[in-house]
Amino acid sequence: MENLIALLVAAPLLGAAVLLCGGRRLDRAGHWIGTLLAAASFVVGVVLFSAMLGYEAEARTMRQHLFSWIPVEGFQADIAFQLDQLSMTFVLLITGVGTLIHIYSIGYMEHDERRRRFFGYLNLFLAAMLLLVIADNYLLLYVGWEGVGLASYLLIGFWQHKPSAATAAKKAFLVNRVGDMGLSVAIMLMFTTFGTFAFGPVLSATGETSEGKLTAIGLMLLLAACGKSAQVPLQSWLGDAMEGPTPVSALIHAATMVTAGVYLIVRSGAIFDAAPDAQLAVVVVGAVTLLFGAIVGCAKDDIKKALAGSTMSQIGYMILAAGLGPIGYVFAIMHLVTHGFFKAGLFLGAGSVMHGMNDEVDMRKYGGLRKYMPVTFVTFGLGYLAIIGFPGLSGFFSKDKIIEAAFAKGGTEGWILGSVALLGAGITAFYMTRVMLMTFFGEKRWQPDAEGREPHPHESPKSMTIPMIVLAFGSVFAGGFFAIGDRFTHWLEPVTRYDHGHAPVSAATVTGATMVVLLAGAALAWAMYGRRPIPVVAPRGSLLTRAARRDLLQDDFNHVVLVRGGEHLTRSLVYVDHSLVDGVVNGTAASFGGLSGRLRKLQNGYARTYAVSMFGGTAVLIAATLLMRAV
Amino acid sequence: MNPVNYLYLAALLFTIGASGVLVRRNAIVVFMCVELMLNACNLALVTFSRMHGNLDGQIVAFFTMVVAAAEVVVGLAIIVSLFRSRHSASVDDASLMKL
Repeated sequence: MENLIALLVAAPLLGAAVLLCGGRRLDRAGHWIGTLLAAASFVVGVVLFSAMLGYEAEARTMRQHLFSWIPVEGFQADIAFQLDQLSMTFVLLITGVGTLIHIYSIGYMEHDERRRRFFGYLNLFLAAMLLLVIADNYLLLYVGWEGVGLASYLLIGFWQHKPSAATAAKKAFLVNRVGDMGLSVAIMLMFTTFGTFAFGPVLSATGETSEGKLTAIGLMLLLAACGKSAQVPLQSWLGDAMEGPTPVSALIHAATMVTAGVYLIVRSGAIFDAAPDAQLAVVVVGAVTLLFGAIVGCAKDDIKKALAGSTMSQIGYMILAAGLGPIGYVFAIMHLVTHGFFKAGLFLGAGSVMHGMNDEVDMRKYGGLRKYMPVTFVTFGLGYLAIIGFPGLSGFFSKDKIIEAAFAKGGTEGWILGSVALLGAGITAFYMTRVMLMTFFGEKRWQPDAEGREPHPHESPKSMTIPMIVLAFGSVFAGGFFAIGDRFTHWLEPVTRYDHGHAPVSAATVTGATMVVLLAGAALAWAMYGRRPIPVVAPRGSLLTRAARRDLLQDDFNHVVLVRGGEHLTRSLVYVDHSLVDGVVNGTAASFGGLSGRLRKLQNGYARTYAVSMFGGTAVLIAATLLMRAV
Repeated sequence: MNPVNYLYLAALLFTIGASGVLVRRNAIVVFMCVELMLNACNLALVTFSRMHGNLDGQIVAFFTMVVAAAEVVVGLAIIVSLFRSRHSASVDDASLMKL
């Protein structure tokens, strides 16, 4: 059974190779090949999952050693896989949601002549992401980590004829590089500290290592997570990444790749548990991003960018939970899975709306779409109820647990974190209600586009609505299935450990408070966007609104501090290069040039000049000889 | 007669020859001045031979004569062909080696 693990990666990798190397003759069958291989990977995942359920809870980890990758004395890197409950959860999420989004893309990308290439990239992404979660050492994880970065770059810039998409792809790649540097430094530190980078030995040796080293490793891992998961301060790329096709936003920039940072932190839990300072940094990053993303999400009129702000905020929740230690690991992953369902569903819904609206993304030009797109409306609505944490739906269980865990951290820290998480829940309700009202309710506000085409909103084809319906089922039932009877906690506990913590308030109080905040947020949104007609041209708005529209000035900050700073640095380096280095080099060359120019004049071609120099030379020699003899 | 006087004569002749080589432009005159220098050397060699009482200097003087004879042959040939191509015997006209 263990030998099947490699097949998880091999199937989509084969798909990517066939589709990208196959050329135009595969254009007509390419999307079927891609979808079939993604589904094959999902089937393998399910087979492995059912096998795993047959083992004892403590002995569920499956391993497969494929081959020795870099065998050097004292440096052993293997291509080896480890499939435990944590990896299994990710495998099922990635392949399941991935397959659905492959199916959706068949319809969504129908009119794109580069559809085969698109499916090749999607398969490449699946292979890299699966490699990331089933690797049994940090070096192999790094391979997957870079692979998903590459796939993300290729897919954000898929419509490369649009300069904005090409720029967004480059931006995502560059910002991710900063985080990737963190991961590579962390791996190097691990190797110098532990002499290995396999999960088992590293994570079991944290007890005998100095806290300083572990803190350094932890902070570097956090930097990596910030880059991949779009957390403050490396969050700026996610909003622009919405330039990619919507299925990509759903799969990579909502459900799977951006959660890789959460996986990294939960997987490295032992390191963070032994380094409280690093853990505190994780919590702070999570809490700040949670509010940051939510505020940005409130102001955006672009439906995908509003959802991107929401993704940032929800991953902030997960990072926050992962930073709480054993109290939160399980809930971080649980929220990750439920978020994978409802956020992918929301993005697919947004894509379906765009599909029917001539690719219009401005919500101010939607309005009243519920009559035209009933399936999209219902599935999007269920995703909406799930994300705001409506009682009984997925988000209710997973987000509530995180808020409880934040309070259970204890002390002042617990109160602060709990309040931030609670406030975030309120803002979530506000911006999601805003998206819902602006898109599906109110008067219709659409106008002919630049080419004078009147949009004719219509329901999307079956290949698009079926994945949305499946994801809506997940959004509704997954949370309850996981949370009731603590099923998910028991499932993950052997890997991530679990600790109840000491909650200062009862779970019922937290739930009650969450409900109050949620209703307040939703009511405020209704008062602002439901009761009054929405202007088609965005009003100027308050200072905060304008800042949030500009992503809370993140790009301006980066521009002033990093771009300008970098420009000044390079300019001064160029100055030093020109004046000092070039000065020395050019000066040497010029002085030799001048000297030889003068020496050249000696060679005037007159025989008598040469004769004079011969006579002079002889005279000097004779004089010197005589002088030496005299001395 | 003191043999040193011959040395003075040799030095005088050499100097006349050398300055002739340096200042005169006519290739034939320059050539004759070179001969003068060679003969000044010969005179000095023979004088030294006499002063030291051995024959080494005289033998070298014979060699010089042979070399001078060969040089006359080659030199005159060059001068003649130079005159043919440039219609002048001035050494300054043959200054084509400079850049």
